[in-house]
Amino acid sequence: MSTRLSNGGRLVNKAKPVEFQFNGKRMKGYEGDTLASALLANDQMLVGRSFKYHRPRGIVASGGEEPNALVNLGQGGKFEPNQRVTTTELFDGLYATSQNHWPSLEFDVGAINTHFARFLPAGFYYKMFMFPRPFWKHVYEPFIRQSAGLGKAPKERDSDTYEHFYHFTDVLVIGGGIAGLAAALEAAQSGLKVTIFEQTHHWGGRAVVDGAEIDGKPADDWVKDTVQTLEGMENVTIRARTMGAGVYDHGYVLGYERLTDHCPDQDGPRHRLWRIRATQIITATGAIERPLSFAGNDIPGVMLAAALRDYVVNWGVSIGDRTVVVTNNDDAYRTAIALVDAGLSVPAIIDARTDGAGPLADAARAKGIRVEMGKGIAKVKGGKRVEGVAICLQAGEGAVIEEIKCDAVAMSGGWSPVVHLWSHCGGKLIWDEAQAMFRPDPSRAPTGDKGQPFVAAAGTANGNLRTAAVLEDAVAQAKAAVKAAGGKPKAGKAPAGSDAEEGAISPVWLMPQGAPIQLRMKSWLDFQNDVKVSDVQLAAREGFESVEHAKRYTTLGMATDQGKLSNINGLAILSDALDQAIPQTGTTTFRPPYTPISMGAIGGEARDELFQPIRKTPMHGWHEANGADFEPVGHWRRPYAFVRSGESVHDAVMREVKNTRRNLGLLDASTLGKLIVKGPDAGKFLDMMYTNMMSTLKPGKCRYGLMCNENGFLIDDGVVARIDEDTFLCHTTTGGAERIHAWMEDWLQCEWWDWKVYVTNATEQFAQVAVVGPNARKVLEKLGGMDVSKESIAFMEWKDGQIGGFNARVYRISFSGELSYEIAVPASQGRAFWDALLAAGEEFGVMPYGTECLHIMRAEKGFIMIGDETDGTVIPQDLNMEWAISKKKEDYLGKRAQERSYMASPDRWKLVGLETLDGSVIPDGAYAPAPGDNANGQRNVQGRVTSTYFSPTLGRGIAMGLVHKGPDRMGDVIEFTKGDGTFVKAKIVDQVFYDKDGEKQNV
Amino acid sequence: MLILECPCCGVKSEETEFHAGGEAHLKRFGPGSTDAEFEGYLFMRENKRGVHFERWRHVNGCGKWFLAARDTNTLEFFGFYPAQTHEPPQDIKDKISAKHPGWSWREFQ
Repeated sequence: MSTRLSNGGRLVNKAKPVEFQFNGKRMKGYEGDTLASALLANDQMLVGRSFKYHRPRGIVASGGEEPNALVNLGQGGKFEPNQRVTTTELFDGLYATSQNHWPSLEFDVGAINTHFARFLPAGFYYKMFMFPRPFWKHVYEPFIRQSAGLGKAPKERDSDTYEHFYHFTDVLVIGGGIAGLAAALEAAQSGLKVTIFEQTHHWGGRAVVDGAEIDGKPADDWVKDTVQTLEGMENVTIRARTMGAGVYDHGYVLGYERLTDHCPDQDGPRHRLWRIRATQIITATGAIERPLSFAGNDIPGVMLAAALRDYVVNWGVSIGDRTVVVTNNDDAYRTAIALVDAGLSVPAIIDARTDGAGPLADAARAKGIRVEMGKGIAKVKGGKRVEGVAICLQAGEGAVIEEIKCDAVAMSGGWSPVVHLWSHCGGKLIWDEAQAMFRPDPSRAPTGDKGQPFVAAAGTANGNLRTAAVLEDAVAQAKAAVKAAGGKPKAGKAPAGSDAEEGAISPVWLMPQGAPIQLRMKSWLDFQNDVKVSDVQLAAREGFESVEHAKRYTTLGMATDQGKLSNINGLAILSDALDQAIPQTGTTTFRPPYTPISMGAIGGEARDELFQPIRKTPMHGWHEANGADFEPVGHWRRPYAFVRSGESVHDAVMREVKNTRRNLGLLDASTLGKLIVKGPDAGKFLDMMYTNMMSTLKPGKCRYGLMCNENGFLIDDGVVARIDEDTFLCHTTTGGAERIHAWMEDWLQCEWWDWKVYVTNATEQFAQVAVVGPNARKVLEKLGGMDVSKESIAFMEWKDGQIGGFNARVYRISFSGELSYEIAVPASQGRAFWDALLAAGEEFGVMPYGTECLHIMRAEKGFIMIGDETDGTVIPQDLNMEWAISKKKEDYLGKRAQERSYMASPDRWKLVGLETLDGSVIPDGAYAPAPGDNANGQRNVQGRVTSTYFSPTLGRGIAMGLVHKGPDRMGDVIEFTKGDGTFVKAKIVDQVFYDKDGEKQNV
Repeated sequence: MLILECPCCGVKSEETEFHAGGEAHLKRFGPGSTDAEFEGYLFMRENKRGVHFERWRHVNGCGKWFLAARDTNTLEFFGFYPAQTHEPPQDIKDKISAKHPGWSWREFQ
């Protein structure tokens, strides 16, 4: 069993016990523990079940590379799934539960899958669930969804806060091991701005565990001194618990600081996302130990050799009384020595190499540890816990020589430098044959805006495994980075490091090398995704030769750990199966973030009212105080309807339509885009922008215009008023002002740059009110100041003047079909003008109306709405709007496209009105099926609804839609889907339902 | 996130201040053009891995469009120049030639 030792544990404070819960069980740990070390101290080796076979899984690693030990952390608003126990610092009251098991961790029904493993090979899901096709939707998928998945998504709103932090630095060092510290100190001595991050809360990395010496003192002391020096320097920013998450273009880096994960009761944000611009980046991210592939290497109790050492040295936790060490390199001997020094037993070191072990092996032998050279593990015995190992010849096929009883296995397959950050932005790798590892190729570094390299790897991350070389490399890289960042490196040498000599590694990708299929089927490569040696070999046989294809087919290296332990072993097996060299196979792509970061940190402060600025009209306050039911339109909030007490929203809309048609309605139209286009070439320019002829418009007049893109499709519409010879005011749709302004600027700056035209967006300078209804003229006459008679200002004319003492520009335009004046006043006067209209309008039955009333009234009139009748594939001709397309103009944006054969085809769907035979309302977006099926076996369609409403004016449902050859089929009855399997019959009619001759608006 | 320098106002800034606008030096074809010419204008792009000319707008700054020469492979910018031109200036072409001898882009090189 795993337990707490009475001695040791350099990181734990035994004076401060901490209580926590795992699966409802109360447990004890100490301050300084991770959840992993505390669970192990409580003999909780089993922490989860594997993804596919639901095999029992224990903790394998001691850091961010941990693939198995993922738990649900916290409760309620602090619940978070998939948290690695190895990177979770223990705190009093911590609450964790295991995931991916049913009904319980100890007994999991899904574990039966392991007995069917031979029926669940790589690509199983792709092969098995193809046929019969309907089974996928109704049988396979629901079952897989039930049993698959790691953590559960949180149900409650996240109760924590998060923040973003912007930071600029000359040299950024990622990694707080001895390489990072030495590099940071060297760079800082130049006086440049230096930043250093360490992802854990303790500095020094592996060196402090492994007992190296630096400048004649223990690494631990050197690390403490160096951190203290750096903390005292003004030009240095130093942060623990902060991970370099990703390196992006031109020196952009994301840092992920975990502020209160270890003390959740403290005030302040939980995570901080650092958004950094660094001139030079040094990745001193160390290396990750590789597992060995032998049968049963996933049984709880089999652990990375260095992790086992970490638990003993850092947290005073032993994984078992008897640990067998299995290795292909010298480093794992350190584990054996550390265990024996802690008073534990190491029955044997199984070394796959036939010779070549260095002084560490001698030291181990001197401590009385049995060393078996040229041997391997044939298989691990045990179920939920290691019980022993069977030893065989590494060169053989797994014939068992001897069985050794043990309760833990420490494995080491060598070390892989953490090259993720180097690779994120394009840094390339080379294969180091002697050390059996991929390491950064310094001649192919990520490049910045001037083509200069901006990332350098240092220390172990750069392929240096020995202390002296690590420190020398770190200082050399720092000097180079200082120079590249424009500074002057200080003269001086690297600190002198010393540690034990090491013999050469001998790569071992499969143990034993001739392992038969029974063993390969139990030799795990990827613990998290249940990928075995046999799966990768099968993928290669089935033709998935690219490493990227093999990854997707087998799921090797996917999910939360992204193959930190499995990738190199997997691609070595793939290379072997394809009979090619490892560098020829290459690696999969390293993508940020290095380990998962919280969604909250990505969002930062951008939530609730800070998510997005809201645009409000000058009358917004009145709307809020008078029952407005708001809807978002672009960044604006517009009243959908003004709901009175005792009314439903629908009631309010009906009332508003009726009242506007009978009496007087007011619409806050301030959100409408208003672009001023000015200059001697303004008319010529607008002739290109609009399908209509705008240059012939007389000052004082208005014209409705359509805008298309170069594909011919409608992008906007609105009324253009000519202010004077040189000036036009173009109204755009509510959401369209900024987009159309940019569109005009693009053409003026990049195509017709010699045309003399200025465009400015005056949308927010004006408040605009539509005064609509039979009583519209009366209320304006009552306010007085301007002659608003038909003779003075006719339909589609505008006039400047005064209304009720307000400076106003009055447009006689109508989107409702009623007598209508749209009146613009300076924005600062908007609310006062609105109030004046309401007061004066009282005797005329005034009621404000919202956007839904506007929509119904325009639909009753058959007016189109951009975004309803158009969807980016509709041309004006589809909407029967040839009347708005000038025949006289040689050119306008979209003209050439509308001449293309498909656009000019008589087969296009065209706009018509639709009247249901039973008077009901057709569902929004409904399609009209046509006889027969298409090439994909789907039902043919002949049209769809674009706008559909209940018209209180007509007392029935009305709709517009695009129908195949629609205008030629007036009077035909076609069916539309209702979404519940039934259909509704509708007659094709003219799209204008109300006041077809436009008499009401023209009085 | 790229760093760009606006040739109009001189500000050097992060990509979030700018807006990308696709390939540069397109020739517009309107009414009277053949189907092939119009298709080329609307849809055919160089889409190069390597030397690339592209349109950018300093949208959260001076508002001006400008053009940039960039290596899409290494993300190196060779230079920024005004949008009111049909070809990149000679000094930028020289800078590109130094790193990519024999490069070409539609009509020019």
